[in-house]
Amino acid sequence: MIFLDNLINGLSLGSIYAIIALGYTMVYGIARMLNFAHGDVIMVGAYIAFCGLQYWGLPPVLAFVVAMLFCTCLGITIEGLAYRPLRQATSLAVLITAIGMSYLLQNIALMIWGANPKSFPTTFINGSSIRLGQLNISTAAIITILANVVIMVGLTLFTSRTKLGKAMRCVSEDRGAAELMGINVNRTISLTFAIGSALAAIAGILLCSSYPILQPTTGSMPGIKAFTAAVFGGIGSIPGAMLGGILLGVIEIFGKAYISTELGDAIVFAVLIIVLLVKPAGLLGKPMREKV
Amino acid sequence: MSEIKNPAVTSDQSLPLLKVKDLHVYYGAIHAVKGISLEVHEGEIVTLIGANGAGKSTTLNTVAGLLKPRQGSIVLGGVPVDGTAASKMVFKGLSLCPEGRRIFQQMTVRENLEMGAYSRPREEIEASLEDVFGRFPRLKEREKQIGGTLSGGEQQMLAMARALMSRPKLLMLDEPSMGLAPILVDQIFGIIEEMHASGVTILLVEQNAQMALSVANRAYVLETGAISMSGDASDLLQNDDVRKAYLGS
Ligand SMILES: Nc1ncnc2c1ncn2[C@@H]1O[C@H](COP(=O)(O)OP(=O)(O)O)[C@@H](O)[C@H]1O
Ligand SMILES: [Mg+2]
Repeated sequence: MIFLDNLINGLSLGSIYAIIALGYTMVYGIARMLNFAHGDVIMVGAYIAFCGLQYWGLPPVLAFVVAMLFCTCLGITIEGLAYRPLRQATSLAVLITAIGMSYLLQNIALMIWGANPKSFPTTFINGSSIRLGQLNISTAAIITILANVVIMVGLTLFTSRTKLGKAMRCVSEDRGAAELMGINVNRTISLTFAIGSALAAIAGILLCSSYPILQPTTGSMPGIKAFTAAVFGGIGSIPGAMLGGILLGVIEIFGKAYISTELGDAIVFAVLIIVLLVKPAGLLGKPMREKV
Repeated sequence: MSEIKNPAVTSDQSLPLLKVKDLHVYYGAIHAVKGISLEVHEGEIVTLIGANGAGKSTTLNTVAGLLKPRQGSIVLGGVPVDGTAASKMVFKGLSLCPEGRRIFQQMTVRENLEMGAYSRPREEIEASLEDVFGRFPRLKEREKQIGGTLSGGEQQMLAMARALMSRPKLLMLDEPSMGLAPILVDQIFGIIEEMHASGVTILLVEQNAQMALSVANRAYVLETGAISMSGDASDLLQNDDVRKAYLGS
């Protein structure tokens, strides 16, 4: 029973990592940059949802939609203001800008909401649990895992069936060739940031529903772990982000349960290092192709 | 600069489809294209030949909007287009089949072709697909195959077919025969002639001067960023300087 409990917790935590990792991996695949501010968009999303529930008296679903819309706009704005002017710059300059953007978001959150942790309100997500025999599963875990499945299926359909989704794949493969097809690369990158940031808001809400302590640094650690998950699965690969996220969550929970509570995070990163030694491109990543 | 006059094709008989004037392109401090002027008229195949590094690709990429010229003008169908983003050029009727093919390796043949028609309304795509599959039956057989698994010759056909999917007024081909076995080179040039016969206007860049000159109407010879000769393709094919420099005889 404890094993199943841990497994479900691991899948639930892994689902949150996976949803965040999707944002990292899509942005990397299409804009060829590591958006280190992505973790902090999660935190902003959670704060907006918190405000909607606590201060503005919105019904939960509406509060969550507002948070998603806000993060979508935030993502597009960050890309347009901070990253687009650096499209031709070195990747190091872009990386440093992204780190700066991460601290900027944290500090703005600190100014607005203060350093004291807020307790994320109870909603339909985390209100109750379901008994299955001896097993007690929280609704938060179920909803998180379901949300992850829906997002995965949705994104797969989007990138394989729709014109915009295919355009994203083209930009990710060959930006110049995509332009020759008539694809507006800047718009495609904006769209990617929009989707990634909306997913970040969802991740923030799910994260705070399971671990209801909200502060300006809330997004940092999950952000770094989700980035790890994206690399683990193969950065740039959507199924890779999903697999990496789930595995990371499960390894973390099992590591904490069976090996050592303190070393849980260390175990996660040790596994990452081993995987990258054996498969440098990640589990599902494609080794860099030679240009012919 | 020696000019071989051809009274049959003079530039003022009609408005050129493409008119490039005094084009200068730089890569940082490198002056790669130094004042090129050229014209392509509707219905022609014009070829741009020259050694490796002469500036052929730079010229095509600039016309396609991938590179910004420092100086000069590009007029397509009477409309100035210099400074237009590459992603807008295909909407203006210009299609570039780039050097090295650059098909989408992870997409199927069909998806590649659909992306070629990105600029066109959805309801017209099916007809274009049929047309292209008619010209390239090999691609039809491999419709569901992933692009990266095609052979070099098939990838080149896919790249050309993809460029045709936008129904361009002007099709620019950058070294379509590069890296292909002689039999495939013949096949590719056969396809180019067929496309021309069906009314597509073509600007062809080649290092294979022999083949290019034998299919083209007119030609420009490019040397270190400037045009050194131009004229009727069949005349250039007989020209001693051209024969020595580019045809190895
Ligand atoms: N991306 C680039 N950066 C710097 N120089 C370049 C670049 N691309 C081409 N060049 C230079 O510009 C000149 C023309 O190149 P290119 O147009 O590719 O020639 P061609 O297509 O005729 O072989 C060459 O000297 C080449 O080295
Ligand atoms: Mg070239």
